[in-house]
Amino acid sequence: MSAGTNIVASDRNFPKHQDLVEEQLVLWYFVAALLFMTVSMLAGTLMGLQLIRHNPLPSIEILSPGRWRMIHTNAIAYGFLANAFLGIMHWVIPRLTLRPCLDRRLSYLIFAAWQFVVLATAVGIIFGQAQGLEWGETPVWIDPVAQLGLLLVAINFGAPILQTRGPMYVTLWYYLAALVWTFLTYAMGNFVPEYFVCGSSAGAVGGLFIHDLVGLFVTPLGWGMMYYFVPILLKRPMWSHGLSLVGFWGLAFFYPLQGIHHFLYTPIPMFLQYGAVLSTIALELVVVTVIINFVGTLYGTGGLVVTNLPLRYFYTGILFYFLTCLQCALQVTMTFQALIHFTDWVVGHAHMVMFGVFSMWQLGVMTYLVPRILKTEWYSAKWCEWHYWASAGGLLVMSGDLILGGLFQGWSWAALQPWDASIRLSIPFWSVRLVAGVVIFAAQILFMLNFYLTWRKAPRTNPVTIPDSSGLTTA
Amino acid sequence: MFERKSGIILIAGIGFFALAFLSNAVVPVLMYQHMPEKTVKELINGNLRYQFEDLAQRFPEAFENAYGQPPADPEQAGSWYNDKCETALRLGHQIYVGEGCWHCHSQFVRPVSNEDRRWGPVSKSWEYQNELQRPVMFGTRRVGPDLSREGGRRSSDWQAVHLFHPEALSVGSPMPKYPWLFDGAPDKPTARGLALLTYIQWLGSWHETYPYYEDYIPVPIKTAAKSE
Repeated sequence: MSAGTNIVASDRNFPKHQDLVEEQLVLWYFVAALLFMTVSMLAGTLMGLQLIRHNPLPSIEILSPGRWRMIHTNAIAYGFLANAFLGIMHWVIPRLTLRPCLDRRLSYLIFAAWQFVVLATAVGIIFGQAQGLEWGETPVWIDPVAQLGLLLVAINFGAPILQTRGPMYVTLWYYLAALVWTFLTYAMGNFVPEYFVCGSSAGAVGGLFIHDLVGLFVTPLGWGMMYYFVPILLKRPMWSHGLSLVGFWGLAFFYPLQGIHHFLYTPIPMFLQYGAVLSTIALELVVVTVIINFVGTLYGTGGLVVTNLPLRYFYTGILFYFLTCLQCALQVTMTFQALIHFTDWVVGHAHMVMFGVFSMWQLGVMTYLVPRILKTEWYSAKWCEWHYWASAGGLLVMSGDLILGGLFQGWSWAALQPWDASIRLSIPFWSVRLVAGVVIFAAQILFMLNFYLTWRKAPRTNPVTIPDSSGLTTA
Repeated sequence: MFERKSGIILIAGIGFFALAFLSNAVVPVLMYQHMPEKTVKELINGNLRYQFEDLAQRFPEAFENAYGQPPADPEQAGSWYNDKCETALRLGHQIYVGEGCWHCHSQFVRPVSNEDRRWGPVSKSWEYQNELQRPVMFGTRRVGPDLSREGGRRSSDWQAVHLFHPEALSVGSPMPKYPWLFDGAPDKPTARGLALLTYIQWLGSWHETYPYYEDYIPVPIKTAAKSE
């Protein structure tokens, strides 16, 4: 976050930052993302209260916890993560390609269209029109609109990437592939199991969808972002280009092959289940190479993780990524599945991936970008610290608690205890989870307040230079 | 190839995705071709018809409000009940999905963890080859028990009271109340309530030995007209 050196040769005629990046739109995406995160966390809190039988608003149809559980997952995936990614891509892609997005009006149209898709999904779910596939709950009449939106996103961001000449940086590999994958994944998951296949085959496609949504939409956009921001903050290149290649191609090959591991022991053919298990374990080896590459990049400057808050977010996420993938390689085995499938273990795992890794990364990028776009320091650096510690600490408690609780649930079921025994033993775990969730929620509220107050004190004029530049083309 | 746009779009983006789709989705689809997908109409069996007519007798007013009067002619009454049962099953499935029931109740008995002793036979592929398993309702989390063998295990009265106020029957249950499926009392289910009850009673009704875990003498399949 300190003043960077301007490495751009002054005789080259590079485009100016303000001609490339639509900064206002980046901020709008962040605001939309944080608003949907609030909705999602309200929904999560409601479901958490329901589980410990303290739902303050029972018996109201449009506040049904079952429906709001779907709001919780959809608002995070499509409202928070997707919006934040789009905002960050509007910053990263033009700066890497030195070309603006295809069309400024199209960028704003996509912003409006995406908010419509997410809001319409939420409304559809609240009124009971959900589809029966996780993250594919989007009511059937919205699916074509969302599909069109994703096509426009691919065109708008694809254009500057495709126009670049010469070698592409790692981030652009991930982004380019993600634009293709997200479109294909959404189409596969929302149309095939609904209209074309049923039963176990639909299960196989559904497994592919929920897995690809994490692996081919969220993960590549997340890692693309890390390959961009980590070297900038550390002011040094990635440790090994070879490992970057191994990481990308390993992910591209192994990730899509593992969807069926969500449905082990189902009637889906066993050889396909074993294939999914093997490719999941193989991916863990690829993940280790990526982690080594990022640790190697940090090597010798580890102290920065303590002093530099965005960097701390990134490496915390990387640590959680390592933990979740390690957990994945273990829990995907048939032995583990027998015990933990259908328990809160999986819920804990999902929270560690979605919040501990990707949301932490995005919050780190927001912490880094907001003062640069608003051209003023954070209203309160201390609140930023609180935001980090409450988010990371809350998440650690929540996922640890759920993972442990899941084991007890699994043992209780296998021991053929009466069903309500598994509910009784879950109550302490669900209570701790609720407290951890409220802490995480409070941290995000504090962050939003900090964001608002920072925006309010930001200078109204637009100075040509960025005072605290990151060392890229701002000349 | 590994750092070029064409390689990334064609090999990683489309190629690997297609490879995964072929091996993980098209293969099972082809393997199950010998088990054609059943329509909702084909799913109506004697057990379900019995339960559906039972609903008509337990909740006569609600049933009449929702579906009207069956024709007097016995033959016509038979097909009338089948038609209404099909409507109810479709709507019931829609409610089961829309309320997110399947997020807390699986429909999938695994061959491990003593599940067959708790719920009945391990799930087989043929059970899922039907229109109401589009998308499949394997489930994702079990807060409450598996429901794939729930049909017939408990009476529709029990199910109605349980949906209206779960804790009245399952002490300590974290299940939410669903009063909007009723007209103010558990003995007055709305059309949606009757549909969901029909769907619940359908689950597992396709098994010859049905239902599980209760001493049960199979009821001869009767039409309403013949029973009168």
